Amino acid sequence: MSGEFIAFFILSLLTIGGAVFMISFTRVVHMVISLGITFISIAGHFVLLGAEFVGVSQILVYSGAISILMLFGIMLTKHDANDEGTGNTWKNRFVLVFVAALFGLLFWGIQNAPWQAPAQQAAEQSMNNAKEIGIEVFTKYVIPFELLSVLLLVCLVGAIIMAKKEGDQQ
Amino acid sequence: MMVSISSYLMVALILFCVGLYGALTKRNAVIVLISIELMLNAVNINLVAFSKFGLHPGVTGQIFTLFTMTVAAAEVAVGLAILIALYRNKETVNVDEMDQMKR
Repeated sequence: MSGEFIAFFILSLLTIGGAVFMISFTRVVHMVISLGITFISIAGHFVLLGAEFVGVSQILVYSGAISILMLFGIMLTKHDANDEGTGNTWKNRFVLVFVAALFGLLFWGIQNAPWQAPAQQAAEQSMNNAKEIGIEVFTKYVIPFELLSVLLLVCLVGAIIMAKKEGDQQ
Repeated sequence: MMVSISSYLMVALILFCVGLYGALTKRNAVIVLISIELMLNAVNINLVAFSKFGLHPGVTGQIFTLFTMTVAAAEVAVGLAILIALYRNKETVNVDEMDQMKR
């Protein structure tokens, strides 16, 4: 039992526990809170995997921005809403069977795949993680990066236009 | 005891299945969006795990994760804007009452 394994176990428990509580709660606000726990422990997984920059981005974007955005979405609609599901039990059972079948198939695939050890293990500690990501993003992936900035701009304008009140055009 | 890649893939698989179940059965549209975020996060765990334990370790998986995060944030912003516009017109956030195109 190394420290890495203990940390992985606790983080996995928090991740899956948050997700399962998210599904089983009925109050919508409680769902978002338990989702925040899931997001933070996923950031812990990233740090454990040696991706510190992605972990910090996960905390900033997901547990900071998206959870708050979801809370705003709930507050601007029905903020004391309960979600009892669709109430259609036949559909729920069918979905449960489908998801369980998918889980079984992928579980079997993961357990039976021959995972090979990485080719070179020690070569990745040579540089700082954030510096490595920065060099790679601004040399090899510079066009996707610029396209992403255009996407964010379009999304900003589109979200403002759609959420604006209709009828007050002056 | 070393944590192997299949443990990380297991966590991601469970997260993905929970998200899929929530997205298909929940009634509130905000919760459906949240479940889709859970599925995207499961994929992010897979990408980062393969960028460490894959056949060619590197930062490519982490960069893909950053791109996925950006697209997910854009998706949530537009989705909530649509939801708020719909709530203003229809006074509902339940996905089974959004059936104008069926009538």
